[in-house]
Amino acid sequence: MSAHAHAPVGGRLVTAPFLVLAFLAAIALALLAGRFVYGLGAVTNLNDGYPWGIWVIIDIVIGTAFGCAGYAVSLIVYILNRGEYHPIVRSAVMASLFGYTLAGIAVMFDLGRYWNFYNLFLPWYAQPNSVMWEIALCVAGYITVLWIEFAPTFLERFGLHNAREKLSRVLFIIIALGVLLPTMHQSSLGTAIVILGHKVSPLWQTQFLPLLYLSSAILMGLALVPFESVLSALGLRRQLETGLMGRLNRVILAVGAIFLAVRLGDLLFRGALGHALAGDLQANMFLLESALFIGGLALLARQQARRSARAQFVAAVTLLMAGILFRINSYLVGYEPVNGTWHYFPSVPEMLVTVGIFSIEILLYLVFVKKLPVLAKHA
Amino acid sequence: MKRRDFLKATAVLAAAAPATGQAALMREPKSMPPQAIGMLYDSTLCIGCKACMSACKEANDLPPERLPEGGEWNTGTWDTPLDLSPTTYNIIKAYVNGTRAEKDRAENGYAFVKRHCLHCVDPSCVSACPVSAMHKDPLTGLVSHDPSLCIGCRYCVYSCPFGVPRYEYNDPFGQIGKCQLCSHLLAEGGIPACCDVCPTGASLFGPVEQLKAEARRRLDAAPGTELEFPRGEIGSDRPTHVATVGDYQQHLYGDRELGGTQVMYLSGVPFDRLGLPTDVPDVGYPTLSEGVQHTLYKGMAGPALLLGGLVFLARRNIKRNQADDPLFTDEDTEPDAAAQKEEKDS
Ligand code: SF4
Ligand code: SF4
Ligand code: SF4
Repeated sequence: MSAHAHAPVGGRLVTAPFLVLAFLAAIALALLAGRFVYGLGAVTNLNDGYPWGIWVIIDIVIGTAFGCAGYAVSLIVYILNRGEYHPIVRSAVMASLFGYTLAGIAVMFDLGRYWNFYNLFLPWYAQPNSVMWEIALCVAGYITVLWIEFAPTFLERFGLHNAREKLSRVLFIIIALGVLLPTMHQSSLGTAIVILGHKVSPLWQTQFLPLLYLSSAILMGLALVPFESVLSALGLRRQLETGLMGRLNRVILAVGAIFLAVRLGDLLFRGALGHALAGDLQANMFLLESALFIGGLALLARQQARRSARAQFVAAVTLLMAGILFRINSYLVGYEPVNGTWHYFPSVPEMLVTVGIFSIEILLYLVFVKKLPVLAKHA
Repeated sequence: MKRRDFLKATAVLAAAAPATGQAALMREPKSMPPQAIGMLYDSTLCIGCKACMSACKEANDLPPERLPEGGEWNTGTWDTPLDLSPTTYNIIKAYVNGTRAEKDRAENGYAFVKRHCLHCVDPSCVSACPVSAMHKDPLTGLVSHDPSLCIGCRYCVYSCPFGVPRYEYNDPFGQIGKCQLCSHLLAEGGIPACCDVCPTGASLFGPVEQLKAEARRRLDAAPGTELEFPRGEIGSDRPTHVATVGDYQQHLYGDRELGGTQVMYLSGVPFDRLGLPTDVPDVGYPTLSEGVQHTLYKGMAGPALLLGGLVFLARRNIKRNQADDPLFTDEDTEPDAAAQKEEKDS
């Protein structure tokens, strides 16, 4: 029998963290009401110099990169045939499910003319040259795929074995789609920057952005696994999966090395590295971003470290921060509007909405692991 | 897993990666539309009267704008915008330097610039828009916007290299606003309102080819001599404006920049002082972004191939390991039952 059966963690649902998270979510919803009554400007600091703010860059671009846990683990387990990671498939798919579903919802309140959103799906208005169009379709498709991928957990919980059996027969197609779609749109989130041209600093503007975005999304998805494993071990008093994580970290190291090689190689090839020493905000943010990538990977490079839970956790956090910063830098810090002095720093309500979105994600996580067979049982 | 599997899988994934030896993936640059019309704006002729601004408001039925702060004297009848906005499609801005002693001089001088959509030959806004709400007319090349399609994603705002399209953030039903070269007036046989009212011919409407020839004529004329400048529409029978030829920068802005624009500029001061980006490629940025997309997604062959490979690998690997797989094995499945199932399946 499968050595790692899954079971609901159980326990009380309404705990102190639960209430705090619910409160944060409620604030976000109240603020969003203001957005729909008075417009985007009433809640956000968006302007025509900075038409995309944290609701796009954090909620969507970074949120879906976090949501790459399911993608990255499926890739390793089902495509690269690394069966030993089976115990983490379910929780990884669930992390993706929430990351993507909430990003999908975030799109709806960021769109200025949301009531027209269905035009994205009408073939006669489709504009396939638009990177945005491709991302929208892929993300919508992937959210559907994720719910189907996660369905066995529900079916199991409610004892619908027949339905589950039927689903199992076609699941390989869904799993393949679940690898294809993120490969497409995670790279496209990088391509989306290319058209901004000279508005983005040479430290980030390159046609290699799709490859950089794809590899760093896989990196972040993978780093999320040890991160989540340590947190849930602490928070839900579960046993640590250090051994498995140690091996996973070798994969993280390899992916990170590919990212760094492309990143630095491209900068050298374009002769853009000089900008890194300009001493301005962009240059310093670039240095910080690079230091986080290199530091996180260096931590994992020592075999000793890969075995310690603490080092794994620190490395995972460092790499997640690096991936976050790379995204914020390439979309916001490295970007300069034309004509006029524009400023953007998210408003407090704008940030609270983002905090609310992530609170809902954690809230759902808690509910799901307590009520559904998501986490691996320990012998 | 076996090295061979790993290599196979990597090969499949490599199909998805934009592995390139070349420096740039480029789609063919777009060429000037056959019946391209546009505008020539000559900064040396502009006297900053802003007649074009109020004509634009009137022609497009846009409300006047008050200064954001102060301006108590202005009860709302004076149009005093500071920048382009969803309700200001056209604005005259002044470049000033030092003592501002002389017009059209970069140092200690000043100059005017008219800002609105340049109707790019290869427009970023059109390439960016996911729902075809930004549209470039295949014949005239005019770039128009259809709010009934627009989803308000503001990618056009983000991507326009000239900072033209604007969105109404303080309106729950906000929409995008930008100059559409008065297509509605053209349809009735008129000309763009701003060119119609321009007293000096600084804003001149006409077919792009003729406007380029006119620009050449001005650049070739000796500075300080007298020249006749057409007004309104090039080739029309309006009386001309006789003026002294300015000391031009020897370049027509928009002739090459970013693949060319149908609204072009002549100026006495360097173009970047007027806020026109000069350190730009001769092709539009969509050639680069679409270059990536077309390479990866040409006929969807790449993704289809990749999907085929993924389906194959997923199916095989699942069969091999099904008994162990949480997505496939029920918690209450007995060990031998799982083994049997696997047997049956393969
Ligand atoms: S100037 Fe901007 S809005 Fe106008 S056509 Fe070019 S890209 Fe589009
Ligand atoms: S805001 Fe509207 S016009 Fe602009 S890119 Fe988005 S959908 Fe197109
Ligand atoms: S062409 Fe029409 S819309 Fe454009 S600036 Fe002139 S008056 Fe305004």
